[in-house]
Formats: sequence, structure tokens, C-alpha cells
Amino acid sequence: MNLDFSFVNWGVVSSFIAKGFFYSIQLTLVAMVGGIIIGTLLALMRLSGKKWLVMPAAFYVNTLRSIPLVMVILWFFLLIPLITGMRMGAEMSAIVTFTVFEAAYYSEIMRAGIQSVPKGQVYAGYAVGMTYPQCMQLVVLPQAFRNMLPVLLTQTIILFQDTSLVYAIGAYDLFHGFDTVAKNFGRPVESYLLAAVVYFVMCFGLSMLVRQLQKRIQIIR
Amino acid sequence: MGSTWDWQIFLQDTGGGQSYLEWMMSAWGWTLSVALLGLIVALLVGSLMGILRTVPNKGLQFLGNAWTELFRNIPLLVQIFLWYHVIPTLFLSLRAVPSFLLVVFALGFFTSARIAEQVKAGINALPKGQRYAGLAMGLTLPQTYRYVILPMAFRIVIPPITSESMNIIKNSSVAFAVSIAELTMFAMQSGEETSRPVEMYLAVTILYFISAFAINRIATFIEGRLQVPGMGVGK
Repeated sequence: MNLDFSFVNWGVVSSFIAKGFFYSIQLTLVAMVGGIIIGTLLALMRLSGKKWLVMPAAFYVNTLRSIPLVMVILWFFLLIPLITGMRMGAEMSAIVTFTVFEAAYYSEIMRAGIQSVPKGQVYAGYAVGMTYPQCMQLVVLPQAFRNMLPVLLTQTIILFQDTSLVYAIGAYDLFHGFDTVAKNFGRPVESYLLAAVVYFVMCFGLSMLVRQLQKRIQIIR
Repeated sequence: MGSTWDWQIFLQDTGGGQSYLEWMMSAWGWTLSVALLGLIVALLVGSLMGILRTVPNKGLQFLGNAWTELFRNIPLLVQIFLWYHVIPTLFLSLRAVPSFLLVVFALGFFTSARIAEQVKAGINALPKGQRYAGLAMGLTLPQTYRYVILPMAFRIVIPPITSESMNIIKNSSVAFAVSIAELTMFAMQSGEETSRPVEMYLAVTILYFISAFAINRIATFIEGRLQVPGMGVGK
């Protein structure tokens, strides 16, 4: 069997791949920002020591972390229209799903990050008269973010890989683009190989960058 | 949804002479088989690659590192498509291999990259002196690994491997994409056929919970049995 990539030209890329590529990037970025914000709130709830805050946050995180992402995607696609009465396309549904889902994972990272800040820092904050929110915002979270930055970014690379699972509800992402090309041109072997190469180059490149960043942060500290 | 549940749907015939309950149980069997066989592949290959990354030989280190990066940086869905659509076309002799086994290898190799990462970290967590002590006593390098390094390293990596075992159950759901008759595939198909997706999804979700919980218990048991006296979390 000979591989024949001659069907790949700028027209194919711009009409099938680009659309999916930009959607995957958009999905990743929205879920990352939203997930980190909600995840930080969840982490603060779990560390608050107040039972009525700890319990729901722990339930949220543990439940979502126990269910396969594909099932979560299916659940949301099913439930959002049933509960809100709004019709929602697969693309929009996936954005909501990933934000909610990734928040559970980011929150675990943030929790570890916040716990990595020595207790003395918190006491010092209180000692100079800060309130709890001030202490969190000005003392703990900035340090926690710096400690956790490499792990947060690694999680984001995993998130980017996981966006391919929107295949389950037929949303048009990067992989869907290659899948469409595979079917339209009857060239599954070449298309899927190209898809693998594109994902690999992006994820490997990003993980190299994260490694560089990790080294620089280590030198600073 | 309708405001009522209809759990009797599980006793209804699928049209193929079995009830939805029976279909779901067989799907659960597929999920567990894919996941457990994949885990065996992952543990074998992942341990080997993890060890290679720590031996004093540049070539072997490169092989281990390249393996890890390759299988870690391509999404599982794409890897499953590669095994299913691409590899049998490129290697004609693999054409007769059932798709179930292809997915087992896809899932196993994908997870092996994560296991390799943990095994390497476990070996590197040991004091360097252990290795030198083994070599100084005249053990060969393989003997040092067999009798000195690995017995400790494998115990260190049991907790992360436990969480990888729970992940592989979850990740086996991606096999739906190549029509393996596992739980997620069942949820999608039966939900559509019966127009009762909520009940179907709920049942499947609970089975995933039970599977992950069972793995967790088994791993905790194994961890307790294998613990080196005086090491680890005090009991």
C-alpha cells in the first residue's frame, strides 16, 4: 500500500481543517479560563473548613472525576435542552461541558497549589491585618498560581487532546475536520496519519515549552 | 424526559432475543475486558519503557523517551483510529486481528506512556546509593534492577498506577468510536432505540462508578499486602 498525500492542498486545509482547528482552540481556551476560575472557587470551598461549602464542592469534583468524559459529554448534550428548554448545538454544548468538567480537574491542581504555600504566609497576612479574601488574593493565590503553572499548562495540553472526544456528539473540531476529509476523499489512512502528526506536533511543542518554563520558574525560586 | 421514570425499559426485548439489561451486562463485560487486557499490556510495556529511561545507555534512554512522548502526545481517539483504520492497511498481516484486540493495544500503548512516566519517577525517587551499592557488591546491572531497585520502585508506584487503572476504565469508553459493544456504545444505541436515554445513561454511569470503586478497593488491598514494613503511610 502506497501513501498518497496529493489530495492535500490549501483548498482542503482551508475548507475542512481550518474550521475545526479554530473550534478546537476556542474550546480549549474557553474551557481553560472558565475551568481555572470555577476550579479555583471549588478549591477555596474545599479548603474553607466549613462543612456546607466543603461537601458540595467535594461532591462536584469527585463525581465528575469518576465518570468517563465521553459520558459527561453525552449527559450534557442530553440534559441541557431538557433542563433549560434551550436548543443548543453540539459545539456550544461541548463548550459548556468542558468548562464544567475541567473545573473539577483544575480544582484538584489548585488545591494542591494552595496547600503548597507555607502556613506562615497566611499567618503573616493575618498579622498585618488582612482579611481572609485579601490574604487569599494578595498572598496565597499569586504564589499558588506560580507553583502550579506548569501543572495547569500540562492539564491544558491534556484538555486539548480531550477536545477530540466531541466526536461523540458530532461537533466539528480539528479531528472531525480530518475525519470529513478521510470520508470525502476516500483516504482514511493518510487523513488519520496527518491528524496524528498535527496533534503530536502541537502537543509535543507545547509540552517542550512547559518544560522550559518549569526550568525558569525553578531558577527564580 | 417526561416527569416519570420507566425502569421496566430494561426488561424490554431489544428485538434480538435479549433484554436491555442483558445487553448492558454484556457491554459491561466488554468494558472490563478491554480495560483489564489493556492494563496488562500497559503494565508490561510501560514498565519496560520506564526502566529503559533510567538505564545508563543513551540509545535505550532515547527509545524509552521517544515511546513515552509519542504515545502521550496523540489523543486517544486518534490513536484508536490509527490502530483501527491505518495499521491494518499498512501491515496486511494484521488484517485478520479482531478489532477488539486492536483497541486493547491502542488503549494499552496509550496508557503505557503514563505508566512509563510513573515507573521512571519511582526509580528516580530511590537514593542513588542503592544502585551504587548493588553494583559495588558485584551484581550486574540487570541483577541490580531485579534485586535492589525494582522491588522498591514498584511499591512506590502502586498509588499512581492505581489511579491509572481507574483511568483506563474511563478511557475504555473511547472504544465506542470504532463500534466496540462496550458501555458507552450501549448507552448511545439503547438511548436512541428506546427514547429513554436518561435511564440508560444513569445505569451506565453507575456501572462505571462501581467498576472504578472496585479497582480502587483491590489496589488498596494489594498496596497493603505489599507494603515494606516501616515505609509509606504509617498504619
